Amino acid sequence: MSKRGPKLALQREADTAIAQAGVPIGQIFLEFLIIGATSFGGVVPYLRGSLVNKRHWVDDKEFVEMLSISQSLPGLNATNMAILVGEKLHGALGSIVAILGICLPGAALMYVVGMFYRMHGDHVWVTAALKGVAAAAVGLILSTVVGLSEKSLAQKFDFVFMALTVIAVNRLHQSVPRTLIAVGLLAIFFHRPDKGQKESAAP
Amino acid sequence: MNQIPALVRVFAYLSLLTVGGGLAAFPEMKILTVEVHKWLTFPQLIHLYSVGQMAPGPNMMMIVCIGQWAGGLLGAVAVLLAFFGPTAVLAFIVARLRKKLEKWPWRTSIQQGLAPVSIGLLLAGCFTMAKGAIFGVETAAIAVGVLMILLQYKVNPALLVLGGAVVGVLSFMPT
Repeated sequence: MSKRGPKLALQREADTAIAQAGVPIGQIFLEFLIIGATSFGGVVPYLRGSLVNKRHWVDDKEFVEMLSISQSLPGLNATNMAILVGEKLHGALGSIVAILGICLPGAALMYVVGMFYRMHGDHVWVTAALKGVAAAAVGLILSTVVGLSEKSLAQKFDFVFMALTVIAVNRLHQSVPRTLIAVGLLAIFFHRPDKGQKESAAP
Repeated sequence: MNQIPALVRVFAYLSLLTVGGGLAAFPEMKILTVEVHKWLTFPQLIHLYSVGQMAPGPNMMMIVCIGQWAGGLLGAVAVLLAFFGPTAVLAFIVARLRKKLEKWPWRTSIQQGLAPVSIGLLLAGCFTMAKGAIFGVETAAIAVGVLMILLQYKVNPALLVLGGAVVGVLSFMPT
């Protein structure tokens, strides 16, 4: 208790400060620029470390909620989080500087990498390395799929919707938007509000 | 030939497909950038995507390379704006409505319903990519190895992708 007391008070202080004046634009830009430049291997842990633990701009509960909104919107988690947090801290301008900050370092780096790859992409050692990199990326994506399935699938039946999506895109060669709308609506209808309430009330 | 309008059209469209992650748009990205517009080859797309996993920040920054190849610096900027602009506006609208949405009963339905579909899209993107990236014992072993390590230990994924490069050099360098 004695340990949490001052932390909570600090948090409350920070919250009122945000509510009163908004966090300065420069600070928001700088913080997201740092995240954009250092977040090797996935942005989310870096966002949490910086926004929740270091700056106290959002608390953990709000962070998780923003993240779940980010995941069900189109757009990458990283940029959606930048928009949501930026908006909370300083309105539209906050959103703009946050997304710019988080995108600029990686974009600049990939610009250079793209030029290098175009010039040297056919060297033997580069092609050899890239074969390994691409295979590793496939493993990385599969681990993301496993992690997300464990975390965010509400019921066993959700695997049916997941399988339907894969079959529609990979086997039946349906376009992604058509699949997204068809299977998405079906799945949303399956999880429709009153059914969920009955289910949680039943046991 | 000015490719900027086509770049903007393609990447604005792709941005709306990235539900759950950038890779959800990968099958359509392959069709549009490789087959329709021929801005790059399929192996190049796979390479850029994979190398992009080692870069910090949002993990689809490899689109910058496609923009740069097809339209120079202006192409790169156009692609960035087209790919991040539309979803940013949408996220901003949702950010404004966030407090109201908390009480909306369909919110949970949408989140629970879209979760399996977005994971399915991710997996579909992964399969599309695997078709070009996995072609033999070595590449399969690298992919399975990375998967097992990530499921078992807390390792920075960027390091494993870098490790993949090392294993790639060791396995595929002509001796």
